[in-house]
Amino acid sequence: MTFDNSILTIVTFLPLVGALLLLFFPGRDEAAANTQRWVALITTLVTFVLTLMVWAHFDPANAGFQMVVNVPWIGESIGYRMGVDGISVLFIPLTGLLMPMCVLASWDSVHNRVREYLIVFLVLETLMLGVFSTLDGAMFYVFFEGTLLPMFLIIGIWGGARRIQAAYKFFFYTFVGSVLMLLAIMAIYWQAGTLDIAKLLTFKFDKSVQPWLWMAFFASFAVKMPMWPFHRWLPEAHVEAPTGGSVILAAILLKLGGYGFLRFSLPMFPDASAQFANFVFVLSVAAIILTSLIALVQTDMKKLIAYSSVAHMGFVTMGIFAGNVYGVQGAIFQMISHGIVSGALFFIVGVVYDRMHTREISAYGGLVERMPRYAFVFMIFTMANVGLPGTSGFIGEFLTLLGTFQINTWVAAFATTGVILSACYALYLYRRVVFGALTKEALMGILDLNWREATILIPLAVLTIYFGVYPAPILDATRTAVDLLVTNFSAAVGHVPAAVAAH
Amino acid sequence: MTSDITSFASLAPAYPEMLVAAGALVLLLLGVFSKKPNTIVLSWLAILVLLVAMALVILQPVGGIIFSGGFILDGFARYMKVLVLGGSAFALILSFSTNKENGLDKFEYPVLVLLATAGMMMMVSANDLMSLYVGLELQSLALYVVAAIKRDSEKATEAGLKYFVLGALSSGMLLYGASLIYGFTGHTQLDQITQVIASGGRNIGVVFGVVFLLAGLAFKISAVPFHMWTPDVYEGAPTPVTAFFATAPKVAAMALFIRLVIESFAPISQDWQQIVIFLSIASMVLAAFAAIGQRNMKRLIAYSSIGHIGFALVGLSSGTQVGVEGVAIYMAIYIVMTVCLFAALLSVRADGEAVEEISDYAGLAQRRPFVAAIIAILMFSLIGLPPLAGFFAKWHVFLAAIEARLFVLAVIGVLASAVSAFYYLRVIKTMYFDEPVRQFERVPSELAAVMAVMGFFIVTYYFTLGSPLASWAHTASGSLF
Repeated sequence: MTFDNSILTIVTFLPLVGALLLLFFPGRDEAAANTQRWVALITTLVTFVLTLMVWAHFDPANAGFQMVVNVPWIGESIGYRMGVDGISVLFIPLTGLLMPMCVLASWDSVHNRVREYLIVFLVLETLMLGVFSTLDGAMFYVFFEGTLLPMFLIIGIWGGARRIQAAYKFFFYTFVGSVLMLLAIMAIYWQAGTLDIAKLLTFKFDKSVQPWLWMAFFASFAVKMPMWPFHRWLPEAHVEAPTGGSVILAAILLKLGGYGFLRFSLPMFPDASAQFANFVFVLSVAAIILTSLIALVQTDMKKLIAYSSVAHMGFVTMGIFAGNVYGVQGAIFQMISHGIVSGALFFIVGVVYDRMHTREISAYGGLVERMPRYAFVFMIFTMANVGLPGTSGFIGEFLTLLGTFQINTWVAAFATTGVILSACYALYLYRRVVFGALTKEALMGILDLNWREATILIPLAVLTIYFGVYPAPILDATRTAVDLLVTNFSAAVGHVPAAVAAH
Repeated sequence: MTSDITSFASLAPAYPEMLVAAGALVLLLLGVFSKKPNTIVLSWLAILVLLVAMALVILQPVGGIIFSGGFILDGFARYMKVLVLGGSAFALILSFSTNKENGLDKFEYPVLVLLATAGMMMMVSANDLMSLYVGLELQSLALYVVAAIKRDSEKATEAGLKYFVLGALSSGMLLYGASLIYGFTGHTQLDQITQVIASGGRNIGVVFGVVFLLAGLAFKISAVPFHMWTPDVYEGAPTPVTAFFATAPKVAAMALFIRLVIESFAPISQDWQQIVIFLSIASMVLAAFAAIGQRNMKRLIAYSSIGHIGFALVGLSSGTQVGVEGVAIYMAIYIVMTVCLFAALLSVRADGEAVEEISDYAGLAQRRPFVAAIIAILMFSLIGLPPLAGFFAKWHVFLAAIEARLFVLAVIGVLASAVSAFYYLRVIKTMYFDEPVRQFERVPSELAAVMAVMGFFIVTYYFTLGSPLASWAHTASGSLF
C-alpha cells in the first residue's frame, strides 16, 4: 500500500464510508439532522481535499495512466483496476468540489428524511468518482449505471410536484441506452480478451465490428450527455429534482457521457468515429441551435438552464468528434467549465426558490434592488454561460469552434450562431429576474445571500473568472493525454495530425 | 451385472442424500410418537440435518459414479446441492413467524421439506433417466402435499390441486420423452446415451424425445410456455411455502436441465439450443409484460421468477462452459434474492394479517425504513442495476450469450430487463414516494436477521461473494466439460 496505488481507492470509497457512518446517527429531529449534515459535510470536504491531492500528485508530462491499481477480481472478465490520465483527472476534483456545496445547499432546503438524502448523495459521489477513476470496462459500467439508482431516488423522493414522472423518464431513457452499451462491453471482452482499458486503448478493433460497437456506446452516451434528440428526459429531471440533485445532474452526470466518448468511442473505435463524425456534427449543431431557441421561450428558470445545458453539451460533442487537439481540449475544458457554471446557476435558482418556492420567471423582477450581492454573482455566471471572454465559458466554446473550423467550416459557422443565441436567452433571463422595477408584493421582503449561499457561490465565481483569464491549469493537465489520443486517432484514420501541441 | 455396492464406504458419494432421507424418517417418528410435537424444534432439527448434509457435500473427499451409473457426484452436483440445501434451510426459517396462520404448525411440514430436498439432491446427482425420474417424483409428491398443507383454505387447496394436475402432466411428458430416448438409443444412462448419439445416433426420434424431456423440465422451472401454474400456485400457497417453491426446486430442476442438455445431448446441441433460446426469449418477454398488470405482490414475484428463469436460460443457450458458469452464478444469486424477498414479504404485516397488495405498501419507507430499504435494494437488484448482485448475475449469463454470438437473444434480453424495470420500480415508488395508509407491525427478529445477511451480500457482492462464487461456479461448470 503506497500513496500511489491507494489514493484513488481511498478517494472513491471514502464517501461510502461516510454513508455507512451516517447509519449510526439515527434520529429525525432537527438536532440529529444537523449532526448528520455535519458528518456528510466533513466527509465530502475530506474527500475534496483528497481529490485535490490526486490532482497535485498527477504528473501532466506523463501521457499514460497514473496511480494505477490492477488486480483480477471476479472470474476472468472483471478486474479491480483504477488509474487516471489527463482526460479523467480533472473530473475528480470537480466532483469533489461540488459535493460539499450540495450538502451545504441542502442545509436549509431539505428537512424531510435528511439522513437518507445525505446517504444517497454520498453513495452517488462514490459512483461518480468511480466512473472517472476506474480502468475496467465492466466496472465503468457498474459505476456509470449505478448512478441511476441514487439519482432516481433523489428525484423521486425529494423532487417537486411531478417528480414521479420525471424520475421514471430519467430512469428509462438512461437505462435503455445503457443496456446496449453493456452488450457492447461484453463484445469488446470477447474481441480483445480483456476489459483493461489501458490495454483496450492499444487494441485494434476490426473495422467491420467498430460501427456496431460505436453505435451501442453512442446509445448510452448520447442519452446521458444528452444530445439532441435524446434530451427529452433532461428538462423534466432538472425541474423536478431538488437543488443539489440538479447541480449534480448538470455538473457531473452529464459529463459522464462526454467522458465516455473520450474514453471509449474516440480512441477505441477511431474508424467508426470518423465515419460517424458528420452525423454527430449534425446532431450537435441541431442541439446548439434548436435547444437554444427552445430555451428562449421557457417560463421556468430551471428548464431554461436545462435547455442551455443541452446546447452547451452540443459544443462538447462537436469538439470531441472534430478529433483534433483544439477540439478535444476545448471539449474537456468546456465540460469542466460547464460543470462549474451550470452547477452555480442551479444554485442561483435554488437560492430564490428556497425563498419564494416558485421557479416561474414571471414571479420575479427587480431583484437587484433587494439582493445586490445575488445580482452580482448571478451576472458573473450569466456572462460565463454566454461565453463572454474573460470567463471560463469562452475558452471552451472558442477552442471547440476552432477545432471544428479546421475540420468543417460549415459546422463551425452554424455552431457559432449558438453563441449569439445563448447571449439572447441568458441575458433575457437575467433581465426579467434581476432588472426592472420591484413591483411584486411578495418580493419586497426577500433577503440577500446568506453566508452559506455565499460560501457556495463565491468560490465558483472566482474559479469561473480565474479559469477564464488563466486556463493553463486545465489545459496543462490535459495536454499530453490529449496529444496522445489525437495522434492515435489521426494515425488510425489516416489523417496527418494537424497542429499538434501548437499552443 | 454385479452390484458396485460392496460396503457402506462405497456409498460415500451418496452420504448426504442418505443423511437427509434418514433425517426425514427420524423426524417423522419423533413427530408421530411425541404427544405434542413441537414444530419449531422439529424444524430446527431439520435445519440442522440440512446443514450437516451441506457440510458433508462440501467436505466429501470422494466423487464418482455409483449405483451402476445411476448416481454421479461431481463438482457441478456439489455446487447445486449446496444451493438446494441452503434454499431449503432458509425456507424453513422463513416459516417460523407465520406458521400458525399458514397451517405450517404441523410436524409433517419439516418432514416433507426434508423429503423434497432428498428428491432434489437425487435430481441434481441423477446420471440415469430412471434415477432422474425417481428423484423428480420424490420431490414433486412432497411438494404437492406442501402446497395444500393449509387444509381449510380454499385457495391453498386449489393451488395444491393445480400444481398436482399440471405437475403430473409434465411428469408424463418427461416420461414419454425418456421412453422415446430409450427406444431410439437403447440406453437410459446419460453418458451412454451421449455416446450413441455422438456415433451417429441422431435421428428424429431422439430429437422428439429431447423435446418432450425438455418440455417436462420447463414445467418444473416454470419457463414460458409451461408457466401457467406459477402465478396461481405462488399466490394460493402459504407464503413460506411459496418461498420454498421459488428457491430449491427451481435450482434442482435447472441443474437437471443443464446436466441433460450439456452432457447427454451435447452432440445435438444445434437441436436443443433452439428450444432453450425460445424458452428463454418467451420467458423474459412474457414475464416483463405480464407482470406490469399485477396488483398482488406474490403474483408479481411469480412473474418475476419466470423472467429470471428466462435470463438464466440465456446463459444456457450458449451451450458453453462460460454459459453454464453463468447459470450457476445466476441461480446462486437468484436464491439469495428470492429468500431475502420472501423474508421481506413475510415481515410486511398490518392489522394482524399479511399485506400482499402492492398498493398497501404505500409509505412503508416512513414506518419501517429497514424493510423498505431491503425491498428497494432487492427491486434494484432484480432489475439488474449495478453495483448490486443482480447485475453481476446478468453479466455472467449475457457474457456467455455474446461469446456464442447470440446477439439477437442478448438484445431482446436486455430490453426485456428494461421493461421489467417498470414494475419493479413501481414497488419502490409505492414504498418511498407515496404517503403511508396502514400501521405496519414490528418485524420478527429471525426475518430481520435473514434480510440483513442477504441484503449485505447483495449490496457488497462485488467485494464479498463475487470472486469466490465465480471460482466455485468455474470449478462446478468445469466438471461438465
